[in-house]
Amino acid sequence: MTAIRVLVGTRKGAFILTSDAGRKKWAVDGPHFAGWEIYHVKGSPVNPDRIFASQTSSWFGQVIQRSDDGGRTWAQPAPGAAAPGTTGAPSGGDSNLFVFDTSAATGKPLTTHQWYDGTQHPWEFARVWHLEPSLDDADTCYAGVEDAALFRTTNGGASWHELAGLRGHATGPVWAPGAGGMCLHTILLDPTNPRRLFCAISSAGAFRSDDGGQRWKPINRGLHSEYIPDPTAEVGHCVHRIAIHPTRPNTLFMQKHWDVMRSDDGGDSWREISGNLPSDFGFPIAVHAHEPETIYVIPILSDSLHYPPEGKLRVYRSRSGGEDWEALTSGLPQEHCYVNVLRDAMAVDTLDTCGIYFGTTGGQVYVSSDSGDTWEAIVRDLPAVLSVEVQTLP
Amino acid sequence: MIRVILPFHLQTLAGCEREVTVAVDGAVTVGSVLDALEALYPMLRGTIREHLSLRNRPRIRFFADNKDVTHTAPDTVLPDSVACGEQPLRIVGAVSGG
Repeated sequence: MTAIRVLVGTRKGAFILTSDAGRKKWAVDGPHFAGWEIYHVKGSPVNPDRIFASQTSSWFGQVIQRSDDGGRTWAQPAPGAAAPGTTGAPSGGDSNLFVFDTSAATGKPLTTHQWYDGTQHPWEFARVWHLEPSLDDADTCYAGVEDAALFRTTNGGASWHELAGLRGHATGPVWAPGAGGMCLHTILLDPTNPRRLFCAISSAGAFRSDDGGQRWKPINRGLHSEYIPDPTAEVGHCVHRIAIHPTRPNTLFMQKHWDVMRSDDGGDSWREISGNLPSDFGFPIAVHAHEPETIYVIPILSDSLHYPPEGKLRVYRSRSGGEDWEALTSGLPQEHCYVNVLRDAMAVDTLDTCGIYFGTTGGQVYVSSDSGDTWEAIVRDLPAVLSVEVQTLP
Repeated sequence: MIRVILPFHLQTLAGCEREVTVAVDGAVTVGSVLDALEALYPMLRGTIREHLSLRNRPRIRFFADNKDVTHTAPDTVLPDSVACGEQPLRIVGAVSGG
């Protein structure tokens, strides 16, 4: 029987919301890791019961958690450790170790990047923002971290190794943090080409690798950012999120700090598709599971006022790949709403009637089981939502 | 045995009680107690002091016999009352935030 599992990361723990295919009656499980910031929770496409979670704390640092039973039990992955949910040797340790690779064989020297005041600042690991499990190997997962770098595990999270070619790109010294830190927040894997990866960094921009992550090139041509000295610079753009449809991996959709953008050549060039949006500032962007030209954004008034225009929470849908947008409001608050929706907090399921999900900084998680036409709150009072992912289970 | 009191979030992370005991060979210092603690609970590595550098994390405080020993060198010998188990070494998450 088909089921839906929504993985929600919040400021105070992780929550797992489950439903049958009707998506009307939901069970709420959590908080897992109560009191910890859970930046991201994501399941493996190969083994949906294998789920990775990024658990962080300003006091106690970074912890990687893994479940092998769909989120019922968790453990820090370690070679030879007891399986999650069983008794035995304690687990953990190296699974939380993210060290920039400065080795002669595979690494790059640990240089500096630009700091808020324009001075140079050493790369420092802060936390894992995003976990992207491999499309074909349940033991492999990518991690996007702050300060911006890409890591990979090939042993189920027991240890992580930096793909240093990204941080070591010649433009690295001019990368600078956005307001939330210099984070690598988006990782996209091309399902048709295992050697092609995309990532995005606030606020360096978008990057692409065509050799499995060893070498990277900035893909920011066509972006225009008034807030940087050279608005069309090769890097320095505050990309908030990129999305692709698995059947058209050369078409990318981007929500930038300002502007919604589109590329049809794998990121080599971009054009603006903001069209009639009430604001083209926002964070998440998503693509319908079955309609590659149907996309969703949630406009936010501005970078100074991180709440929806007019206090109305509206998802905007374009069925034409951008430019022409319609407001989706049924079931969403249309007055006195001043929440934000963060970059990793929108996702879609793959049921025939595609479901759209998003979480807010006010603790609501909304679902639409009809591609956005109508919405309902699954939960209303969680801690501020940092991330939402959806698993469509057979 | 050395008594160590952990902050709430590290108790839940390690799956242990608020107070744990560790054995230390040689001088009883913050460093040697943390070595023993991390050997017993590997999941705590990196949560109290940084991986590799072993520098204390910025928002962690240590109290031995009710004295703040956070800023003493990690190889400073702790009071006899801690070494003999009469008093615990308290590891505290600094009070900050809102």
